Amino acid sequence: MPFALLKYALSREHPDDPHFRWKPDLKKTYDVIIIGAGGHGLAAAYHLAKDHGITNIAVLEKGWLAGGNTARNTTIVRANYLTPEGVAFYKESVELFRTLSNELDINVMYSERGHFTLAHTDAAMRTARWRAEVNKHMGVNSEVIDAAEVKRICPTMNVTDDARYPILGALYHPPGAIARHDAVAWGYAKEAMKRGVEVHTQTEVKKILIENGRAIGVETNRGVIHAAKVMQAVAGSSSHVARMAGLRLPIKTIPLQACVSEPVKPILDQIVVSGSLHVYISQSARGEMVMGGATDPYGLYSSRSTLDFKESLMGHMLELFPFMGELRILRQWAGMADMTPDFSPVMGLTPVENYYIDAGWGTWGFKATPVCGKRMAECVATGRQPDLLKPFALSRFSTFDLVGEKGAASVGH
Amino acid sequence: MKILKCPLNGPRNITEFVWGGEMKPMPDPATATDAEWTEYLFLEENLAGEIAEWWLHAPTNFWFVARRNTITDEIIETMTYDAFLARQQAASTATAPDEAEPAAKSVTGGTDTGVTST
Repeated sequence: MPFALLKYALSREHPDDPHFRWKPDLKKTYDVIIIGAGGHGLAAAYHLAKDHGITNIAVLEKGWLAGGNTARNTTIVRANYLTPEGVAFYKESVELFRTLSNELDINVMYSERGHFTLAHTDAAMRTARWRAEVNKHMGVNSEVIDAAEVKRICPTMNVTDDARYPILGALYHPPGAIARHDAVAWGYAKEAMKRGVEVHTQTEVKKILIENGRAIGVETNRGVIHAAKVMQAVAGSSSHVARMAGLRLPIKTIPLQACVSEPVKPILDQIVVSGSLHVYISQSARGEMVMGGATDPYGLYSSRSTLDFKESLMGHMLELFPFMGELRILRQWAGMADMTPDFSPVMGLTPVENYYIDAGWGTWGFKATPVCGKRMAECVATGRQPDLLKPFALSRFSTFDLVGEKGAASVGH
Repeated sequence: MKILKCPLNGPRNITEFVWGGEMKPMPDPATATDAEWTEYLFLEENLAGEIAEWWLHAPTNFWFVARRNTITDEIIETMTYDAFLARQQAASTATAPDEAEPAAKSVTGGTDTGVTST
């Protein structure tokens, strides 16, 4: 074995293909242009190529591959939502995540940990019960458990009564998982590029070209390119890009801060969330405690850090996990969360013909990467809103048919 | 802690305030069409840059207007809604550039800037 490997070290030939097959030049026309090379845009490109045979695609990215919210989320995957529409959608995502490493031939380190949504009030217990019943009806494994059961499953958690907000129980969702977010995007990019999709980074869209109410291409810092269809998947800049297509969105962009501790030995197996305390935490495969709390109290396009965030997060965190007092913060960051009024995404057709939108991903975007890519690809390929995406159409706001998911948000708002 | 200057209560910690979102002209609820009302309720400019927005000082339930830069997080000035309306009217009726100038100056160098972080 070592000698077999040594052969490759000394040779110019390597058994593996290069990870990404970059093409330097932009063509003049494509079948589909996707704005944004994050997880969602790349997943859509992959599914367009694989499921629909459309490979003449350019994915345009102002920055670098998967450098936006794909790199800034806290990697939690779950399907324990509140509305039947939401549960059906995220359930398909969890199913796709389970086989994603095989599908993309890259280790996304999908790790099912079990997911607690803690309840500290009667109202929160009611919401937990509501979610559990909707989940079970839709075939998603969730159950309401009491504090003693929380303690049994997660012995490191402080469930005593001498906390400011004692734990009454939790919504327990065993399939809740974490994954390696970068690998998810890289896997989609790699497999899409293998099928002929072009990904162009450092390529900023300056203008969206619209003729007679139809999108016909984009103007970039590297010239004009035309396409039969254009899709945007630019979390954090959704309003800005949509404005170029003449659209106003029901979105407020608000920072969501997060942080990780220094890495320690495995001590916390589960993902623990408390919407009431504005706290969520999981331990990464590297041993870091990955933590977040609430979105910032007002809209902003900045990833600056605030002491307010850390103070409010840590105060509650120390009550839940007193051992955290020994840990130091290793680094912190923020992402731009595109918040919609109903805490559900906006996907599919727009009033502009041949222009498709994937936006409004607030604080719930990473977990939807596979299903959103698959269904947006279907939408772009067929020009019709897939059934699974119908409740999430942009038009729901003009028919007052909202999909209220605030009760299932992990992040405080 | 960031300090926000309330026109009624003076400089206070920003945690005492609730963000009310960007200023939008409200259509008349009695005559607005569904489409106009939808637009007012849900659609946002969501601009990166200088915006005018609502804030509420929660303990006194006092709503007012702030101008803030949504990229730098700098609060440029705060004013009562009446002052905001008066300025809008002045801007819309102003015809000569020398009339508009004092207003523009007070925006950048007036006494009502008053927001700093400590």
